[in-house]
Amino acid sequence: MTSRRDFLIAAGSLAGGIGLASAARQARATPAAAQDAIRKVTGGAPVRRGRVKLEISPLVDNGNSVPLSVTVESPMTQADYVKAIHVFAEQNPLPNVVSAYLGPRSGRALLATRVRVADTQTVVAIAQMSDGSFWSGSADVVVTLSACLEGPV
Amino acid sequence: MARAIVNVPAQARRGEIIEIKTLAAHSMETGFRRTQLGELIPRDIIRRFVCIYNGAEIFRVDLHPAVAANPLIAFTTVATESGTIECQWAGDNGYAVTETALIRVE
Amino acid sequence: MSVRIGVRPCLALAAACILLEFAKAGAAAEIPLAERRSGYDLMGRETRAMQDDDATNPGTLWVLDGEALWNAKAGSAGRACSSCHGDARASMKGVAARYPAFDAARRRPVNLEERINFCRADRQKAPPLAFEGKDLLALSAYVARQSRGLPSEIAIDERTKPFLDAGRETFYRRQGQLNLACTQCHNDNWGKKLAGSIIPQAHPTGYPLYRLEWQGLGSLQRRLRNCFVGMRAEPYAYGAPEFVDLELYLMWRARGMKLETPAVRP
Repeated sequence: MTSRRDFLIAAGSLAGGIGLASAARQARATPAAAQDAIRKVTGGAPVRRGRVKLEISPLVDNGNSVPLSVTVESPMTQADYVKAIHVFAEQNPLPNVVSAYLGPRSGRALLATRVRVADTQTVVAIAQMSDGSFWSGSADVVVTLSACLEGPV
Repeated sequence: MARAIVNVPAQARRGEIIEIKTLAAHSMETGFRRTQLGELIPRDIIRRFVCIYNGAEIFRVDLHPAVAANPLIAFTTVATESGTIECQWAGDNGYAVTETALIRVE
Repeated sequence: MSVRIGVRPCLALAAACILLEFAKAGAAAEIPLAERRSGYDLMGRETRAMQDDDATNPGTLWVLDGEALWNAKAGSAGRACSSCHGDARASMKGVAARYPAFDAARRRPVNLEERINFCRADRQKAPPLAFEGKDLLALSAYVARQSRGLPSEIAIDERTKPFLDAGRETFYRRQGQLNLACTQCHNDNWGKKLAGSIIPQAHPTGYPLYRLEWQGLGSLQRRLRNCFVGMRAEPYAYGAPEFVDLELYLMWRARGMKLETPAVRP
């Protein structure tokens, strides 16, 4: 039988083992690096909150492949459409995640993909409209830890 | 050639907004990982995705290492005419894949 | 794989582990048939959706590769799988649900991957495909895909019983530096959390499956090796008879449950 004390020792050993199996912590992009990446896209133009809906699970099973979708409110006509959707993750090693370029033929402003989320953080989507304005939406995501990961083989 | 999949509805009404779902087999090696011996594993990713509907580009994506392995890219387009929807993926180390799907528009 | 990235602090894992308390190992009992649940039921909505839609399930990439291999000639006999078996959608329906199955010539159960390789050697005169290689995963995914939705049907008779018992013995045996048995997690504590993950009941009905952690498709034996590493036990080699016995026991334990290949798991 396993006493609680034995188990705690075992659990500590399990955690320590996984820590050892891990490589050194990676450099992370900072929110400042994310701001720089966003400025590269906007050219310093103001970004207003709204019209952009970023959907990502608030608590993910595994940060290696997290379903993400961005939709933007827009009539998507020749006169008024979304030109681009950019996604940024401020705590990833690189803040840029993906950029999509679309137009009136898209019918709807939608991008769905799966992304890597290195850690608990805020993910931001910025839409560039045909009139030159920028809009943003964001979502928080919590990345939990897994046990019994692939070890050194 | 590496496997890729383009999924579009086989037929649609003219003017209907359809969803295009694509998958490509690719490890999307980030360039940030190291081997057990500490050596950096070089970046090897898909960098560009383009979708062409009867010769006209309708959607394009720039990918970064944060896109998950075996990338899913899904988006919409207006079904304008019958024909070919061609998707092209291009990336590091000469990776280039083209996959097409046919659509009938009535 | 000999590399992995680690960006997560292990302190949080230790804290999460503390939340879990193991019951007495001696009290271990099999999960009643009616209370068995696929790992599918324990995962998030998004991951379930990923499995359900063939157009977005990344396992489809392997299944299509497997279909191409099924129809491609291999070996000095110049035959493809389809030369003998025809259309897999008919001939392979339900086959994976019966594996591991007893092989009379080898006088022991063999798993699906071994069966494919024996077929290559005996019928195609082709070299074996490497365990966990892209081609063997693709072919086994394509064959197992034809049983999706069908119940696991492991036939136990006097020939297979000793191997089933050996597999069960492995499942209940404490091992490794942590002195853990499979049963402690998967019978006694399923549904609770180990670190951030929900402990599943360990029904292997979706293999080969796409694991988000692996960022690829993998076999049941790869998953079993991960479990052994988690227990700080020495994993058996790919294709080891001990693993096949354990596979046999696990598929029997999941008897009647529907196959999900290619499943998606966190």
